[in-house]
Amino acid sequence: MKSVQQIAHDVQSGATTASSELESALAAVRARNEELNVFLYVDEEGARRQAQSVDERIARGEPAGPLAGVPIAIKDNLCTRGIPTTCSSRILEGWRPPYNATVIERLLAAGAVPVGKTNLDEFAMGSSTENSAFGPTRNPLDPTRVPGGSSGGSAAAVAADMTPISLGSDTGGSIRQPAALCGLIGVKPTYGLVSRYGLIAFASSLDQVGPFAKNVTDAAMLLEVVAGHDEKDSTSLPEPSPSLVAHVEDGVAGKRIGLVRDLVDGADEDVVNAVNAAAKALADAGATIVELSIPEFRLGLSAYYILAPAEASSNLARYDGVRYGLRVDAEDVTAMNEATRTAGFGDEVKRRIMLGTYALSAGYYDAYYGQALKVRTMMIEAFANAYRQVDLLLGATTPSVAFELGSKTSDPMAMYLSDIFTIPTNLAGEAAMSVPFGSGEHGLPVGVQLLGPGRSEAQLFAAARVLEIAQGR
Amino acid sequence: MSAALRREDVAHVAKLARLTLSDAELDRFTEQLGQVLEHANDMSSLDLENVVATSHPFGLVNVVREDVVRASLERDEVLAMAPDAQDGRFAVPRIMGEAP
Repeated sequence: MKSVQQIAHDVQSGATTASSELESALAAVRARNEELNVFLYVDEEGARRQAQSVDERIARGEPAGPLAGVPIAIKDNLCTRGIPTTCSSRILEGWRPPYNATVIERLLAAGAVPVGKTNLDEFAMGSSTENSAFGPTRNPLDPTRVPGGSSGGSAAAVAADMTPISLGSDTGGSIRQPAALCGLIGVKPTYGLVSRYGLIAFASSLDQVGPFAKNVTDAAMLLEVVAGHDEKDSTSLPEPSPSLVAHVEDGVAGKRIGLVRDLVDGADEDVVNAVNAAAKALADAGATIVELSIPEFRLGLSAYYILAPAEASSNLARYDGVRYGLRVDAEDVTAMNEATRTAGFGDEVKRRIMLGTYALSAGYYDAYYGQALKVRTMMIEAFANAYRQVDLLLGATTPSVAFELGSKTSDPMAMYLSDIFTIPTNLAGEAAMSVPFGSGEHGLPVGVQLLGPGRSEAQLFAAARVLEIAQGR
Repeated sequence: MSAALRREDVAHVAKLARLTLSDAELDRFTEQLGQVLEHANDMSSLDLENVVATSHPFGLVNVVREDVVRASLERDEVLAMAPDAQDGRFAVPRIMGEAP
């Protein structure tokens, strides 16, 4: 598969066309989509129209944008005008949004060609893409295993060489964890760096849109396009998109990188080995590795599984059968609301709505929600304290390589534990990414996680590039 | 330490959240949600008396814009996606009883 840089360059120079790049992508989708269940909807018509418009711009001698003719897959919780957007839920089946998410508008303006909408855990709640109302996605590297989740479809699209890049969303690890399980770069940007306008809300104070790619530069190119202030998102950071591609080769010489014991303990041996090897590669490139412990990280899972469901219970109150999606008729409004929600939501979504409702209810608010908000403060302070000693942090992305389909579906708590290393970053609103580093059990990829303070993306990409170089890429 | 989650607690929150649960679902969800809450109890032993709560990573304040009319979504396009619409509005089943 060609890199994003190469496709955009070749399209702009006339060596190839956006239309022919798109047809190759569509052929790759046709070849494996039935087996892997990656795309819920392939927008052939819209994609051909966009590719043609890119080709026309180039024929007129106009610049067609930094992602000219680059096919891209879109997680199906991002609104696409006139194109079905389901969140992998029956409750939104058939809904066609009347507007585009800001990230979609930016992709189109940059010349990218959205190919279709990818499968996810319903409303992004899950870590394996098995909680989809439209069936699980399979890992392209081993179809008996999960691709991770919740952005499993977007990860699989890139891992199966259907598109070179894709967009996902990360609330507690939903980009980094599938990136690790599929052998990709996956980035959870600083909260507010990428607009959430048109991202269907799960937990608004934690959700963030970010890229999947096969290499660091491609991820940086995509993030540069979608990042930057958006007046339609009041939580959007005030500044324009940062310069990232220009810093990819900056290296790590003189940087201090903290190897966090609490982001490795409990992981499988193959994962621990990969993290240690990554630390050595960073040291060989001139970084100083400092071993440290951040015990507060161990409280992340508890705080997250109160806060995210609490926000979700409020955000998902809007699915009441009135304005969009499913309606199950009943004799009065209340009965209609209840019949619609009961039929429309899957088990995991119901669990989280009830958990959140409980944590926010009279008598339990202080013990659960109030306490979790304070743990969130502890987490932010723990990160800040670590960043007084080091520039970046290093750990594992997930405790294990890709697990088998069905192996955790009957035990929600076991599934939740696969996000244990990724959650702290979301709670603190900071940045982190997963970088494939070597392989583990069954020859499956292992992801290591690089974490940085808010707005440290350029430094993270530079460190990730060092890890690529160490692997001869 | 919070008390263990009871079946009637789950029935109560299901009602608040407008969800209907079967008996089997009530049993299953009570057990599963109980496990998550039990895990969350590791926070209850912490002394956080003097810690300030954070509801948002950047201490969000209200963001306002000039109060001027701007283009909005097309009404017909929005209503076309509704389960039921009538006279330019969303339509729902009746809310109150028949007039006497």
